[in-house]
Amino acid sequence: MPMPEWLPSRRGKDAQRVDAALWSKCPKCGEVLYRRDLAANLYVCSRCGYHFRMNAYDRINSLIDSEFTEIGNDVVSSDPLGWSDKKSYPAKLSGDRERSGLSESVVCGFGTIGGFAVGLGVMDFHFRGGTMGRVTGERITLLLEEARNRKLPCVIFAASGGARMEEGMLALMQMAKTTAAVSRFMEDGNFFVIVLTDPTTGGVAASFAFQADVIVAESKAMIGFAGRRVIEQTIRQRLPDQFQTAEFLLEKGAIDMVVDRRDLKATLVRLLEYVGRHEQ
Amino acid sequence: MSNNIIVEREKGMVELERRIAELREASAAQPLEMSSEVAALEKKYRQILQELFGTLSPWEKVHMARHPARPTSLDYISRFDRFDELHGDRHYRDDPSVVGGFALIHGRAVMVLGQQRGRDTKENLRRNFGMPAPEGYRKASRLARLASRLGLPIVTFVDTKGADPGISSEEHAQSEAIATCLQAFATARVPIVATIVGEGGSGGALALAIADHLIMLEHSTYSVASPEGCAAILWSDASKAEEAAARLKLTADDLHRFGIVDEILPEPLGGAHRNGSDVVKRTLQAVDVALTRLTELPAERLLEQRYQKYRRLGEWQAEGLEPIGKAH
Repeated sequence: MPMPEWLPSRRGKDAQRVDAALWSKCPKCGEVLYRRDLAANLYVCSRCGYHFRMNAYDRINSLIDSEFTEIGNDVVSSDPLGWSDKKSYPAKLSGDRERSGLSESVVCGFGTIGGFAVGLGVMDFHFRGGTMGRVTGERITLLLEEARNRKLPCVIFAASGGARMEEGMLALMQMAKTTAAVSRFMEDGNFFVIVLTDPTTGGVAASFAFQADVIVAESKAMIGFAGRRVIEQTIRQRLPDQFQTAEFLLEKGAIDMVVDRRDLKATLVRLLEYVGRHEQ
Repeated sequence: MSNNIIVEREKGMVELERRIAELREASAAQPLEMSSEVAALEKKYRQILQELFGTLSPWEKVHMARHPARPTSLDYISRFDRFDELHGDRHYRDDPSVVGGFALIHGRAVMVLGQQRGRDTKENLRRNFGMPAPEGYRKASRLARLASRLGLPIVTFVDTKGADPGISSEEHAQSEAIATCLQAFATARVPIVATIVGEGGSGGALALAIADHLIMLEHSTYSVASPEGCAAILWSDASKAEEAAARLKLTADDLHRFGIVDEILPEPLGGAHRNGSDVVKRTLQAVDVALTRLTELPAERLLEQRYQKYRRLGEWQAEGLEPIGKAH
């Protein structure tokens, strides 16, 4: 390769090869971000405002004032279908547990946000693509049932590729189960806020997520029923970039507001002020 | 060539059927010489039928559920004593892939709903191959709420590949339409009896299938995703659909074992379309029996039972499986 070509290609490679433990590269603007700064900025690119996908516990720490008491964390998956493809389902699960540090695709519990006691559920896309299996459905149901008992508002952060294939119809039934729990929770006059984060699709979007009283979405989050690829295959043409973004849904009247992650806690507190019970 | 493997398999049978019919006609003129030949041919025919359709793999059942001649929702609804169709979502349009309205079944007033695919190409285009748009689910929600308020039991027929995945469906909030429909069914203060008569595809099917009593035809399927969709999602390869069909546990037997399906209705050898009239009749009888039992329950009890039914599906365990236990 001649020098004039080799040099830039070499430089490009170096730029990409940053130490992932220390640095993250913004996939949108290419800015290299120091990880500690990125974490302090709630995983939002300081240059272009791109929202990185957030780990469930980082999210909880960014919202909850101090104590967070988890519920349902002792419920973990088994393998109802005896599923195996390239790997067995239990092997996939233990791989995801190791990588994500989570026992399932959702973390649920109770704590206070800006002094308001709430039930909080946070889904995490890093665990099986945030898919909803039996444990996901069970934990969300437990959260809604307990919040109903305590007459507390519920805030759930959605991030999901939909129902989990490896649990088959038992995964689909979690749509029915969470729906029933949401309905009871609401019938008693309790307040349910959902925050749609990137991405929220399929069985989660089409059950408890879009049943909430107030639907908030993070900036630029991809939200839809069918995945982009499925739609493109069906209609045999490329979709515009803006399609299925939070901003698109706001314009179409499907959600209440689009919020930058850095304003999210303040937004939730404002909403809770209308209905919540102040603890302090 | 049809892309339905059951239709392909039936082609040879059609030839055999034609010959039997011819021989029968001839034997009417000369009964002594021909009748043994007819009997032999008929025996052979039954043998082949048994061989081809006696046991069906999950993938074969997927094709059986999609068979173009399989009775559709309207084939069932048209056999009710009376049906007065209601239209529209009151917002935007009427979606012909969902049919619904007041009906009488065995003299009992009910609200009936079903996903409706086309019985030929022209009708399929009009009915979007039985894939409802948000407007279809909004019509279903509206009629389910109406039924709840008027105290009419809800009877549904499920037959869809899934909810429509098009641009306009996304623009009109398909997720919200299905989510709201699920809520309407979960909270309806009247008995709900649903029957999976063909393909039960994903959340688009579930929207009409939350029920106090769920019936499934023997060769119908009910699945978290279509086998093609599952293969595309997991392995980015839709051609592995047959493998996905086997793994997904989408047959009536599997789902009965899981406690998702309450009753399986046997089909004639070779599938429901071989004696559609009888299948429809037996289905309506089964629906009626379930309604008779469920209408005796007070609404509060019915709702509690329905809640617990779906509540338990998170905790279900089959024999020999490791239980849901404590995390390490």
